[in-house]
Amino acid sequence: MAETDKTEIKFTVNGAAQAVRTHAMTRLLDVLREELRLTGTKEGCGEGECGACSVMLNGALVNSCLIPALQANGAEITTIEGVAAEADLHAVQRAFIEHGGAQCGICTPGMVLAAINLLDDCRRRGVEPGDAEIRNGLAGNLCRCTGYMKIFESVVAACKKR
Amino acid sequence: MRSNITSFELVAPDSLAQALDLLSQQPSEWRPFAGGTDLMVLLEAGKLKHRRWVSILNLPELKGIEESAQHITLGALTTYTEVLANATLRREFPMLCAAARETGGIATQNRGTLGGNIVNASPAADSPPALLAYDTEVELVSASGTRWLPYHGFHTGYKKMQIRPDELLRAIRLPRDKAGWRHYYRKVGTRKAQAISKVCFAGLLRREGDSVGDVRIALGSVAPIPLRCVRTEAVLRGQRLSTELIRAAQAELAGEIQPIDDMRSSAAYRSRVAQNLLAEFLTLTADRA
Repeated sequence: MAETDKTEIKFTVNGAAQAVRTHAMTRLLDVLREELRLTGTKEGCGEGECGACSVMLNGALVNSCLIPALQANGAEITTIEGVAAEADLHAVQRAFIEHGGAQCGICTPGMVLAAINLLDDCRRRGVEPGDAEIRNGLAGNLCRCTGYMKIFESVVAACKKR
Repeated sequence: MRSNITSFELVAPDSLAQALDLLSQQPSEWRPFAGGTDLMVLLEAGKLKHRRWVSILNLPELKGIEESAQHITLGALTTYTEVLANATLRREFPMLCAAARETGGIATQNRGTLGGNIVNASPAADSPPALLAYDTEVELVSASGTRWLPYHGFHTGYKKMQIRPDELLRAIRLPRDKAGWRHYYRKVGTRKAQAISKVCFAGLLRREGDSVGDVRIALGSVAPIPLRCVRTEAVLRGQRLSTELIRAAQAELAGEIQPIDDMRSSAAYRSRVAQNLLAEFLTLTADRA
């Protein structure tokens, strides 16, 4: 089995221009973690079911374990490291701290991104998310520790603070 | 991660013509790669045998939604998120939107494409039953031309379909001729999201007084292909709705579907639930004014 050549991938991550040389099929998850050392994005399942690897790609919430590096060429990516504004945490992050929304923390980056995606989407549409919408917004994120209630309460609180 | 990703090729041509050229020069040498939500799962499980892939994700000829008076035509790269954002689809094709809403989660819906869903040809796919019920047609394009096929009959066996190795699915066309019909879509799975269905049911009914003027019934996860149940439809068409008719239709459905035992469910459960969904479909669409 011949090894393919590496290719150059150029993209923007958390506002900073990046260029990496990697194989076209390398998972975006691994590019972020191994090449760029942005280890906030986690591998939970490696098959797009758990949401621990969630990032924003061109404004859309995606599972980075399912994206080959070549398809991230030219993209704008936001990881969990990019959601806080300098020294101020994002409202969702503060809510998770205040309401105990994390135990081991592996699902937390993905949960925070999914919650931010939900709030931003609701704000764009001029609506406030109800319980059903929050559940739908987090439906792609699995947690093995908390039983979800404190995650749910954290997101409800974050919605109210806006 | 169970594959050696260095042994895979993925190229991204700039145009549809270049992509079709690759697909036609060495048939089966190159295969198309769209949103990756199915193929990457296989890759990570060490089950993706094919090595040379053409990314078609950025080809503008495969994107977009066009409306005419007669049809709504979706580019093959239309994502589930884009389906849900389209007002015409929400108003006139609610079963397709219900399927899109229940496919994976938001992250999957942002990347997965209808075209990929069709040619991945899982018998458990959520959108195909709705597409079958809506009398969908599909357009296939190659370096040597294009052709339209009815989606009913596109799948000929498990993972076998009427598309050549040098062809790409380009568009999915739905006729806007179901005004006044009642729509019923239900996906039965282990949970409300991120679940492959045990049974999936799409039903359309046009009432004529107390009778079934016309009907479409299609199911997923009960056969090697997404199944349009024409025999069950024939039992219902033109008949007066009654408890006896529902029972007769259920009996016909039980004989028409071919469910199996697998890791998600059993043949017996699938048959029972499919019949229950048929009864719920007929009862709900009979009751509504």
